[in-house]
Amino acid sequence: MEALTRTARIPEEYSEHVDVLPEGDRSRCEIRCRDGKLSELCRWVRTRGFVFVGLIVEQEPEQWLLRYVFYPSQRSTDDGESSWVHVLVGERLSKTCFPSALEVIPGIDWHEREAEDLFGLTFEGHPKLGDFVLHDDAWQEGLAPMRKEFDAYATVRHREANPNWRPQRIVHASGAFAMPIGPIYSGVTESAHFILETVGEDVIRALPRFYYKHRAVEKIAEGRWPEDVMLLAERFNGISAFAHGLAFAQALEAIGNIEVPPRAVTLRAFLAELERLRHHVGLIHDICESTALTVAASQAAMLEEELLRLCGSLTGHRYLFGLIACGGLSRDFKDGELRSAVERAGGIVQRLAGLESNLIRTGSFLDRLEEVGIITDKEARAYGLVGPIARGSGLARDLRRVQPYLNYGQYTFDVPTENEGDGYARLRVLLAEVRAAMNIMGQALEALPEGPVRTRRVPGGPGAALGWAEAPLGAAFHWVRLDDEGRVSRYRIISPSFANWHAFYLAAEAFAFQDFPIILASFGLSVAENDR
Amino acid sequence: MANWVYSGLRLGVKSTHYPRAAEVTPGVTPGLPMGRPFRNGELGEVVDRCPTGALRRSERHVVVDHRRCVHCFRCVRGTDDPLHWQEGYEWARRASRAEAAASATLGEPLGAPFARSLHVRVVDAGDCGACLREVKQLSNPYYNLHRLGFFITPTPRQADVLLVVGPGTDQMRSALEKAYAAMPGPRRVLAVGTCALSGGVFGPSFMCSGGVGSIVPVDVEVPGNPPPPLAILHGLLVLAGRASEMSAGETRP
Repeated sequence: MEALTRTARIPEEYSEHVDVLPEGDRSRCEIRCRDGKLSELCRWVRTRGFVFVGLIVEQEPEQWLLRYVFYPSQRSTDDGESSWVHVLVGERLSKTCFPSALEVIPGIDWHEREAEDLFGLTFEGHPKLGDFVLHDDAWQEGLAPMRKEFDAYATVRHREANPNWRPQRIVHASGAFAMPIGPIYSGVTESAHFILETVGEDVIRALPRFYYKHRAVEKIAEGRWPEDVMLLAERFNGISAFAHGLAFAQALEAIGNIEVPPRAVTLRAFLAELERLRHHVGLIHDICESTALTVAASQAAMLEEELLRLCGSLTGHRYLFGLIACGGLSRDFKDGELRSAVERAGGIVQRLAGLESNLIRTGSFLDRLEEVGIITDKEARAYGLVGPIARGSGLARDLRRVQPYLNYGQYTFDVPTENEGDGYARLRVLLAEVRAAMNIMGQALEALPEGPVRTRRVPGGPGAALGWAEAPLGAAFHWVRLDDEGRVSRYRIISPSFANWHAFYLAAEAFAFQDFPIILASFGLSVAENDR
Repeated sequence: MANWVYSGLRLGVKSTHYPRAAEVTPGVTPGLPMGRPFRNGELGEVVDRCPTGALRRSERHVVVDHRRCVHCFRCVRGTDDPLHWQEGYEWARRASRAEAAASATLGEPLGAPFARSLHVRVVDAGDCGACLREVKQLSNPYYNLHRLGFFITPTPRQADVLLVVGPGTDQMRSALEKAYAAMPGPRRVLAVGTCALSGGVFGPSFMCSGGVGSIVPVDVEVPGNPPPPLAILHGLLVLAGRASEMSAGETRP
């Protein structure tokens, strides 16, 4: 009956080309696209206010299953509209060419490039495939490591390194040259490569090249038990371990229909906000450092260290590793411990406010942040940006608000936005989010019920579900499929850094060379989170 | 106009007294599990809870290999038979490898000329961000590594020590080799974090080595996932010959 009403929502011109699948539960509506109407269907889904999440490729025994995931950007009480939409394209395994949806969804660019490298699929109409995850100068063509038949633990013979290999250049003006930066560069930085193309003083473009840090997390997860994959979920991006662990745990809990005890739900929200707080203070430290304002950088670094110590003494681990578990948390906390943690964090946030009032009265600092690394509202929307970067460009998108999980629906909090889209706007968003996180921690503590913090149920297979959480850098999605035994057979992480690095080149356009570290710091993105 | 000089001075001196005195502030370290004898009647069931093989049975003891511990806390939480979890951070040890015999200098301290002027190039070989963040904390006023004569340098050509974090991903291999080759001798490699020592939860696989030791010769190893700043500091002190390594006795009872 419900499936029927959903079919009715699909306009007549498509109804012949799609099947609405009954297997989608109340949380998702699966539409199978039959004959090449993918672009039109995706366009229609987007015009209905749905936001693109990502492309999930699965290799089933008989077919390729491409899953284009969307979620509604508005909360609605109308049941049909509030469920997520999965547009599915299935093809027999021998067919490896698919239409590209890039024209309709700019944000799908890197998803298709990744699928080309890892699954050996091609996307007709995509202008630039290859040399993405697997670098062309080292790997043989046609390796496709994510295919089921590829053994993740066998040694792969590399192609002979080509000494003449050069990155692709875009600017061909007279006197133009390219400045390569990385993968090892400046002080303590994550490994990534940037090609700065310049004709002298000003840099025209900066194109990043990633995946030096690719650890093939999604591949090595296959065949492992969920509790072992949890270690990967937490550790592939250690600086937002809790948020990713949470998204993964929620996927497992959705598969097993496991209800998490109320105390664990509230504590999870508390810890997720504590992590956001610590993470953002770290980013603020990086921004101060990038502008060479040493005293401010030291002061912010001290606050970050104090928050790390707070996390360490409260939970046992400075980066909250080992806390999240399927069905709840691995340990409980005494109310007094939590109360004193909130008090200490409150003191740190207060000192951060003091630092802020000094920063906004320092002209040399503001001069370096304002009108630097601009992302417009339109660009943010088109590229489907997430997190503080989107919010700095006026796009108030926050999963805690539009697709509430845990008990975020109960808390009152702001989703801060700024409109300028420059480095300073992003800094202000970070500062406001620190205050909001503190506020939520206080509310969670007030609302904390008694009871156990974990149910001992484990998800049985088979099944698949998407878990999500608003990680410190934005929306994180974990797609998990369990096989009959209950082992993980497909794991896909769609991370906020993956979505946002894609648009980095827009912010790094026509700028002075010395602003490059500032643009990087004000983006504050994680390479590990992108590379997986 | 903000008065940064005043606001900086007003905070006073925050630096830890380590290594002159132990740092005992809560939260400076995640700690590590310690080995122990089997208790009455039990067979060391706790060993089976370890997801990375860091625990094993030896005679009637549970023995911990810290090079594999990823701080999942499964040997202390949710079990009736927990291991003892020990705070502390002086975890660095000289690498014990077969090649040690071939290379006379491996693991040897750099000696007096470097004791108070040691320049470190940090290389991220696939790190999750946490180890790198802890390395970064070394420069904050609480740890202030400059007071000990250690400096982070932007180029391997001026570096005495290559500090490597991360499991050693395949696509970082050649960059890491080049960075090591560009260093003048005498040079040392400090591997920081469980991933760099044993591959951690990631390696070995087709994309990851089982520790950076297979790419560059490691002299001193700092376990921890991530090791706290004080443990990394201890690693540097061991390299410079200014502190003694963690004794093997501490990993087994």
